[in-house]
Amino acid sequence: MLRQVLKRLATAIPSVIGVVVVTFLLTRVLPGDTAAYFAGPAATPQAIAEIRAKLGLDRPLPEQFAAYVKDLATGNLGNSLSTGRAVTTEIIARLPASAELTLVGLLLSMAVAIPLGIVAAVKQGSIVDHACRMVATAGVSLPVFFTGLLLVYVFYFLLGWAPAPLGRLDVFYSAPPDVTGFYLIDSLIARDLDTFRAAAAQLVVPALTMGIFSLAPIARMTRASMLAVLSSEFIRTARASGLTPRTVIITYAFRNALLPVITTLGMVFSFLLGANVLVEKVFAWPGIGSYAIEALIASDYAPVQGFVLTMAIMYVALNLVIDLLYGVIDPRVRIEG
Amino acid sequence: MTARAQTGAPPARSSFALLRHARYVIGENPVTGIAFAIFVLLVVAALLGPLVTPYDPLASDTSATLRAPSAKHWFGTDQLGRDIFSRVVAATRLDLGIAIFSVALVFALGGLSGIAAGFFGGWVDRVVCRIADTIMAFPLFVLAMGIVAALGNTVTNIVIATAIINFPLYARVARAEANVRREAGFVMAARLCGNGELRILLTQILPNIMPIMMVQMSLTMGYAILNAAGLSFIGLGVRPPTPEWGIMVAEGAAFIVSGEWWIAFFPGLALMLAVFCFNLLGDGLRDIVDPQRRT
Amino acid sequence: MDAAVGIPLLEIRDLTIEFATRRGKVRAVEHVDVSVAKGETLGIVGESGSGKSVTSYAVMRILDRAGRIAEGSIAFSGIDVKAAAESDMRDLRGREISMIFQNPRAALNPIRKVGRQIEDVLLRHVQAAPRDAKAKAIEILKQVRIARPEERYHAYPFELSGGMCQRIVIALALACRPQLLIADEPTTGLDVTTQKAVMDLVVELTHARAMSTILITHDLGLAAAYCDRVVVMERGRVVETAPSSVIFTAPSHPYTRKLMRATPRPGVSLRDLLPDSEATPPPAPAAAADTAPLLVVENLVKEYPRQGTRKSLFKRKAAAEGPFRAVDGIGFEVGRGESVGLVGESGCGKSTTSMMVMRLTDPTSGTIRFAGEDIGTIAARRFATLPQRRRIQMVFQDPTDSLNPRFTALRAIADPILRLGDIRGGAALRARCEELARLVGLPLDLLDRFPHQLSGGQKARVGIARAIALNPELVILDEPTAALDVSVQAVVLNLLQDLKARLGMSYLFVSHDLYVVRMLCDRVIVMRQGKIVEEGPTEQVMNAPAADYTRELLSAIPHPPV
Repeated sequence: MLRQVLKRLATAIPSVIGVVVVTFLLTRVLPGDTAAYFAGPAATPQAIAEIRAKLGLDRPLPEQFAAYVKDLATGNLGNSLSTGRAVTTEIIARLPASAELTLVGLLLSMAVAIPLGIVAAVKQGSIVDHACRMVATAGVSLPVFFTGLLLVYVFYFLLGWAPAPLGRLDVFYSAPPDVTGFYLIDSLIARDLDTFRAAAAQLVVPALTMGIFSLAPIARMTRASMLAVLSSEFIRTARASGLTPRTVIITYAFRNALLPVITTLGMVFSFLLGANVLVEKVFAWPGIGSYAIEALIASDYAPVQGFVLTMAIMYVALNLVIDLLYGVIDPRVRIEG
Repeated sequence: MTARAQTGAPPARSSFALLRHARYVIGENPVTGIAFAIFVLLVVAALLGPLVTPYDPLASDTSATLRAPSAKHWFGTDQLGRDIFSRVVAATRLDLGIAIFSVALVFALGGLSGIAAGFFGGWVDRVVCRIADTIMAFPLFVLAMGIVAALGNTVTNIVIATAIINFPLYARVARAEANVRREAGFVMAARLCGNGELRILLTQILPNIMPIMMVQMSLTMGYAILNAAGLSFIGLGVRPPTPEWGIMVAEGAAFIVSGEWWIAFFPGLALMLAVFCFNLLGDGLRDIVDPQRRT
Repeated sequence: MDAAVGIPLLEIRDLTIEFATRRGKVRAVEHVDVSVAKGETLGIVGESGSGKSVTSYAVMRILDRAGRIAEGSIAFSGIDVKAAAESDMRDLRGREISMIFQNPRAALNPIRKVGRQIEDVLLRHVQAAPRDAKAKAIEILKQVRIARPEERYHAYPFELSGGMCQRIVIALALACRPQLLIADEPTTGLDVTTQKAVMDLVVELTHARAMSTILITHDLGLAAAYCDRVVVMERGRVVETAPSSVIFTAPSHPYTRKLMRATPRPGVSLRDLLPDSEATPPPAPAAAADTAPLLVVENLVKEYPRQGTRKSLFKRKAAAEGPFRAVDGIGFEVGRGESVGLVGESGCGKSTTSMMVMRLTDPTSGTIRFAGEDIGTIAARRFATLPQRRRIQMVFQDPTDSLNPRFTALRAIADPILRLGDIRGGAALRARCEELARLVGLPLDLLDRFPHQLSGGQKARVGIARAIALNPELVILDEPTAALDVSVQAVVLNLLQDLKARLGMSYLFVSHDLYVVRMLCDRVIVMRQGKIVEEGPTEQVMNAPAADYTRELLSAIPHPPV
């Protein structure tokens, strides 16, 4: 098993190399003066020259690349111009906020989408099926920032159920002691139910926004792959053997249908990590997405580069986890290695 | 096996049969018809644009700011008193334009390189796959942000970024389709008939892949629109006061908490309808070209 | 011997099954009466679309959503299947009636251990308690002759061969000792030798348990060899029911007679396969002018890298095993005007050989001399546009797959003429295509149709017309009738023979079926694992085979009594 895991890890190496090279190329090779980007719009020519020397941009490309890789290896992503603080520390501090939002959103949508997809496929042509198809088509058409704003209008302005869309915690509360960085978990660890409730109240609407966004692809894929599996021959064999519908649908059909769904999860994560940026802007969520937007507006390039790199590395890691999960379920992949 | 009764051979010519099939698909699924109607509406708005709007989309009117929708201003006015209906209509051209240009670009680049990769294999295949894999290693919207930030904050660069992030999708579909057909019986038969490889690619493979690529184009149009609007929502590409749906939603976002919903709602609705329309058209097109559903 | 002997275990009366389709309701089965006595083996025989599988699904009540029993009744040992509650039917399925399917690998859950799949059935029908289920499952694996059953219990279907998978499916079906087994094309897709082993096993196990069996097949030979009684179905109706000893010697219905005739069997010629009305005297063979062989193959080798040797980072040493030899140093000749059969089971290298001779694949080593010229050294990629291309042509296995779905029949036939011929379009081209269509018996009004508007037999004719359009000297026939019904096969085989006689071509006929090859070929080459095991004049190989393997092949093919 360990060998399998190591092999999978090895397959991620080209992706990591690709990510590092692309983020390097984005800053150094593309048209435009990198030093000017890094110096910011208000810099004097002298300051730009200084920065050029400091960043080593006057040296040949391979040398620059080596320096870049060395910096990365030591966890150095440079400093933000506007705040002067190290990008790495900022990103590490803000990452839990983004992760909490994304994961809760994903869990919400999986909890709804997978059962919905299964029922829609089993009862093909029923009301649930039609509902599932509508959700799937309408869901992918909804701009995530638009859904977020609609939910804010309904739940905050009209109904008053949700707190103002301003960050992770109401100003009257203080953040729980930092253990995992996830407020929901940390407040439970600190046995502070009030803070837990306040954090959950802030989280519900943005997480719902993320959930609605990822609902469609998961439901669509679950339904489609369940339909494909249900019409396959081994299901006919299972039925002809008199197995109960429960066994047929769960043990035989769903486990097979899960394989394409897991593959889709990779794509869903790609969308979710992107949507995360937009949702963070709508809800003033202090994650790495809003950090990147602020930096983008200020033409502060180091944080943007750090953000793109972090997101990509996280995404590669997520894909790795998905690959491993796939291997656990599908013996065919396990053997081939 | 016996359940799949041999399908009889209808005596109709194929083009006619296709048309009839299209009518059948629309008849069975009227939603596709609705989607087509929205599509026509969008095209008209994009072509005529500012010519038909009741107000100048850029003209502000300080005496009529933040007005709710009324007979005078169908979609209300924004904080500068600009007519939102006029702005929503005027924005169609830019939003559709970005999507169409980026899809055309990626169709040319991704589609052709994917077909070449699938058909020729070897180093062409390896290079195309490596490029696609590298792009796929990024969350796509995040990569688009990075590209626009690096290339410079312009509309052209939004088109390029949108095309780049869609590249793997096109390349992979085209590659898979070409690869399946590379060893198909009719391709081998064409070799026996004395067709060279390039001719086989053009006369045998390409026409059989085109329908699938058309579906792909329609489906990714929606995604391209969403992507471009998302970028401008966070302040990239289009700059105010240019009317564009994403940026209009961003401008309206601040007023949602105080109840002026219409500023963000109508451009968002337009955005949603456009994406919805292309997704439905894509699904409808797929039903039309899907050989499984053709008899 | 009538169905009335004893109380029937299964009694189907006046059964009509409807399917809801786009074009309205379609009756797949109409007014069918079938009964199966205890311990009897009944064959249901028919070509595709005859409704034979649908009938059996109705017995199990596992029809698709779109299908329903419109009329009639099905009684299984006193139970009304049509009216029974779904939960009762579930108890019945697997315990009283069970089923085995064609394509055994697809019939098993790909990601569940085969032992667990057997256990699922045992536990469901309370044939075993959870603690002894595993022992019972292994016992059943032993009964279906699976070697090392304790080990195989943990295997996944993809780790087992097709024949082994079919044994697992049989184990599943017989685990609960049902009274009736329905076998739906149980051996289609398996090699002939595996086919025989599987059928013998089914017969042995069902006899030992005094079970009744319904064998659904398109193969009259199979039905004749294993059934007590045969029901013949055509387009949803039963046309004849009789004991198998009677039906093969004195078929009464014209359709049965036609089907019987069309089935290849020892001692008949191609003409015998056709109904009397359609058989015309064969044209006199064109005299072979040249005695030098047309095609000479020597020491032909094709190697493929073993799977997983190139990709893996860790397993480089696996390459030490050496590449896999699909074709291992074979040599043979084809004379002018001669037809040679290349016979073997799947994986024997016959298709690879034909692809190399066809110059679609490059050989690893060896020579292919065609009309004195070494064509084996010309790269396959380049050969397509050379003038030699028109002299070697091919008829493909799957007529559907080998036609471009966007070309009309006319365009498909015209393709080689346009590329390599002398006619440059216009009326002359159409005239030539019409001439070819007449030659292969394709009605001229079908020329403007697209492949999906043609039947399987018509598509096969288009493929043949295309292959002979340039008057080739050698035509390779790659299982040209494998995808066709037996009556269509008879017509196509005869067409091929007539064309050869008329046009003086040579054939290299690639097939798995010695009886089919026998009728068309002068000489036969038997291949196994990339090597030639026997070669000789057809009659000699058939009547006095020298190799054990040939004997095994011959005895494995079931055929109706002569």
